[in-house]
Parts: sequence; structure tokens; C-alpha cells
Amino acid sequence: MTTSSSNDGNLSGSNLEQVLRAGHFAATGELGPPQSADGEEIRHKAALLKGFVDAVNITDNQTAIVRMSSIGAGTIVVQEGLEPVIQMTCRDRNRLAIQSDLLGAYALGMRNLLCLTGDHQIFGNHPDSKNVFDMDSIQLVKMVADMRDEGIFECGDAFKGLEPRFFIGAAAAPFADPIDFRPYRLAKKVKAGANFIQTQLVYDVPAFTAYMEKVRGMGLHEQTYILAGVGPLKSPGMARYMKNNVPGILVPDEIIARMTAVGAPWAGKKKDELTREDKRARSTAWKEEGIKICIELIQQLREIKGVAGVHIMAIEWEQAVKPIVEGAGLYPRPALAEEELAA
Amino acid sequence: MIVAEQKSLEELRSLIGDAENVLVVGCGTCVTVCFAGGSREAAIVSSSLRMASKLNGDKMQVRDVTVQRQCEWEYLDEIEEQISEADVVLSLGCGIGVQAIAEHFPNTWVVPGLNTNFLGMPTEQGVWDERCAACGDCILGLTGGICPIARCSKSLLNGPCGGSEDGHCEIDPEVDCAWQLIYDRLNRMGKLQVLLDLQPPKNWRTSRDGGPRRIVREDLRLLEEEE
Ligand code: SF4
Ligand code: SF4
Repeated sequence: MTTSSSNDGNLSGSNLEQVLRAGHFAATGELGPPQSADGEEIRHKAALLKGFVDAVNITDNQTAIVRMSSIGAGTIVVQEGLEPVIQMTCRDRNRLAIQSDLLGAYALGMRNLLCLTGDHQIFGNHPDSKNVFDMDSIQLVKMVADMRDEGIFECGDAFKGLEPRFFIGAAAAPFADPIDFRPYRLAKKVKAGANFIQTQLVYDVPAFTAYMEKVRGMGLHEQTYILAGVGPLKSPGMARYMKNNVPGILVPDEIIARMTAVGAPWAGKKKDELTREDKRARSTAWKEEGIKICIELIQQLREIKGVAGVHIMAIEWEQAVKPIVEGAGLYPRPALAEEELAA
Repeated sequence: MIVAEQKSLEELRSLIGDAENVLVVGCGTCVTVCFAGGSREAAIVSSSLRMASKLNGDKMQVRDVTVQRQCEWEYLDEIEEQISEADVVLSLGCGIGVQAIAEHFPNTWVVPGLNTNFLGMPTEQGVWDERCAACGDCILGLTGGICPIARCSKSLLNGPCGGSEDGHCEIDPEVDCAWQLIYDRLNRMGKLQVLLDLQPPKNWRTSRDGGPRRIVREDLRLLEEEE
């Protein structure tokens, strides 16, 4: 990984930034830290992703369940030669804690940051806890951009030494309500300083196309790199669950039908009528179809003007990333950082 | 108004313990309006306590009295004698009323009969909703008169998070998404451009985060001294 060199217009020097700046179609992945102190699990997952993505998001107490910290796990990921995107939510830390953790993250070699509001703690395993929400994700983006570009802390004090220079990301939920406001909320994130955007999972390409049209109309695709979120389905049940229970995710019926169809040989049987082999075979059929759908989605999303890459979310199924990236024709990944180092 | 709810009879009994003389003190202001601690509730609570103690074979004396406002010392002066006779005062005022009694009567043991919930209003018969978190720096002028501090589960200042769905908040389908309400209202009023400005991080110093708050009005203070 290179260090910052603002003279060539590079903001952070991260691999992800360079891949995007060079005009390559980027691919990022996701790695969920364990609910334990086991660093081996991170190494194992990193090995599955290395070489197949340009950078990997490390979630921050995802769904409000306590896990190894994003920066802790990110440090191991850096050691493994993979580039992390540190996720930082506003739920658990105030502006003091966020800034100090980011100074540490930068010193440990992390260069990409995704700024999130964070799921409410009521969903997680400590629903009785107090939340923070001292800032929101947009204010967080602005704070980190000011650290880098103005050399100041949130309070306005100037840095007396090296400032952290992150490639700053934010999330977008194109299909959440109020849906008409979503492109404007994206505009606010860009105005605050978001260099890249990773979207919520996209299964409905026409709906996303319509969103991107509005985004392009506002010129946002020229001010930020938009990575469309994709994720392989594991079963028709998962597809239905996301359609019905997860806000801001649209799953077209035809995709559910495709997932259901490949399970047809085992359909209509009760749970106890299926042998373990049956279940395994059915699960394999579903997963193969899920990967196939994901590949097709990537190919379709790639055609939409203004989509600069994909963010592949295959959490707890990191093995799926390799066939997806290969299947979508995104392998090998550009090795820009190494090239530059060698030069 | 301050909205509160009564604690369970079981908890009230354990708070009272084996006191022999109990005085239940209601309050005639907010908690009367939200049917938690007015004169009616004070009478019901004291008769329930009497009944329970009778069943138990205790000889507990329970009386009740209601003042117009428990959170002002001058109203508490009116019941000084009754208070001095009680082993324990069960306040059916909000948390402020309980503390006013404790502060005004240093030798009186006072326990809370209510849980003080929030600053809000009745929105339909039998339903109260939170409206204000007393942040000390009101921003309703930016949000169409709908408070995101108190009513957005994450107190967001720059618009809806990704969890807003069909008008409700991600935490519960029964909870309105404050930002959907704000969006709808500003949209209706043709003022959506207000939402495009970046709102900087809030100064929470005026809120509870800055420590206990106090207001001193020198103009009023001087007047009092002149009197
Ligand atoms: S902005 Fe502050 S003062 Fe105004 S209603 Fe909301 S919490 Fe209350
Ligand atoms: S869903 Fe609405 S009310 Fe709930 S946290 Fe998000 S923006 Fe706030």
C-alpha cells in the first residue's frame, strides 16, 4: 500500500481509490468479524477474498451484535495483504471516540473508511444499551473529509502532525422510504465529501436504473464513485425474507421464482422426508442459482452509466466471492498499487 | 406536558416496606392530565394499598392528598403537617415532584409512585406520544415543526436513515419515522430545499450532555429582591 501523495490528486493512496481513478470497474467485498477474539477466523476469511476484490469492508458491530472491532480485524486484514474498508457507525461512539479510533486506524495502515449511521441497538444482542448518535453519517463524512482536506479536528483545532487521509465512503439506500428523497440524500453525502458510495443490495435492476437516472441528472456520478451492492441468495426463503422484512430491499418475484424452481426436485416434501443428502443437494442447487443470479446482476449493473463497480456482500459465505468475481469476468483484479510500488 | 405511568402495586408495596403511616401525594398538573397521579389516582392507590395491607394483616395507615403542583415549594407548604406525620411519602408526582418533596422536607422519606416517561402529548384517547427531548436549542424551525431529536430513534439531523419503511421507523412498525413526517410536511409546504442543507453536528452542551442545566433570569431575580 502506498502512502498519501496529494500532489497527484490522490486523496488516500488506497488501492480502491487507484482502481477507481484508473477507470477500472471495481469490486469490493465484505468480511464480518467473529463474535470472539479469534484472529484466525479473520485470516481464514481474508484468504478466501484476497485477489478477488480490490478492498474488503470490515463491518462495525453489524446489526448491533458485539463482534471484534472493525479496526482490530482490519489490522489483521492488512497483515494478510488485503486492503480493508473500515466501517464506522455513529451508534457506539461519540465524536471524540470516532476521531481517536480513526487516528489509530490510519496509523495501522487503513486507508478506506465507510461512514454509516448504524442499525439501532434494539436489533442486536445488547438491546438495553444506551446509544450515542452524537453525529449522523453525513456529519461523519464531513468530519473525516475536513480532517483530511482542512487538517482540522471536528472542533476546528488544527492537526499538529500527520492528518489521517482516508478514501471516504458512504452508503446509499436507493429503495428506502421516502424514495423520492433518496437521490437528494445521496447528494448530501457527496456534498459532505463522500468519495465513493456503496449501495444497499440491488436485485431489481429496472428500479436501480431509474434511481441512477436521477443520480446522473444531478451529476452525482461525476463527483463520486458509485458501487452497486449485490449479494448471492442462499435460498428462496432468504429471498422472501429480504423482500418482506428488510427495509429498502426490493426482490422481484421472478428472482424468487428462479430460486424456487431449482429446488423443484425436492419440493412438496416434508422436512423429515428429506435425507441429509437431499438437503445438501437442494442447498447446493439453491446456492449455485444464487451465484448465477448474482453474476447476471453484476453484468446488468455494469451496463448502467455511472456505476463504477460492485460491492459484493456475501457475509458468512465468503467462498461465494471467487466464483462470482470470476463468473462476472472481473478476475483478475487490477494490481495497481503493486505496479506503482514496483515502478 | 410531562407524561408518566404508575408503577405496579407490587413495586409500590416494596418501596413502602413496613411503614405504618403512608401519605400518598398526588399532583394536579401534568400527571393529572395523563391519568397517572392526580387526585383520582391518589385515592385509588391509597385504597389499593389499604386493601393489600388488610389482606396481609398489617396495620398500615394510608391517607392521600393532592396538591396543585408538586414541583413548586409553595404548594408543598400547604401539606407540611400531613407530610410530617407520615413515615413514608409515596409521591404520585413526576420525578420532579418527588425531588421537590425530598428537598423541601429533609427529614421525610419519599419514594416515587410513577415512572416519568417523557415530554409529550395525548394523540388519541388513551395514547400519549413523545414530542420533545428538551435539548435546549430548538431546531423545529429547520424541520417543519417535527422534532427529529425526540422522534427519530437515532436523533438524525440530515434526513432519513435507510431503515425508514412505509412511514414507520426501523425499530418498530408502531413507531412513526420522524423523517418521513418531516419530508411529507416540507413537501406539502413546498419547502423541501431546506432538507438539502448540511446540518452540522449538534451542540449537545445545551442538552443533558452538558451537565445539569439551570436557567438564571437576572431580570426576575432583581425584581424579587426589590420587593
Ligand atoms: S429540537 Fe430540542 S427543544 Fe425543540 S422539540 Fe426537539 S428536543 Fe425539544
Ligand atoms: S427509520 Fe426514521 S425515525 Fe427511525 S431511525 Fe431512521 S430516520 Fe430515524
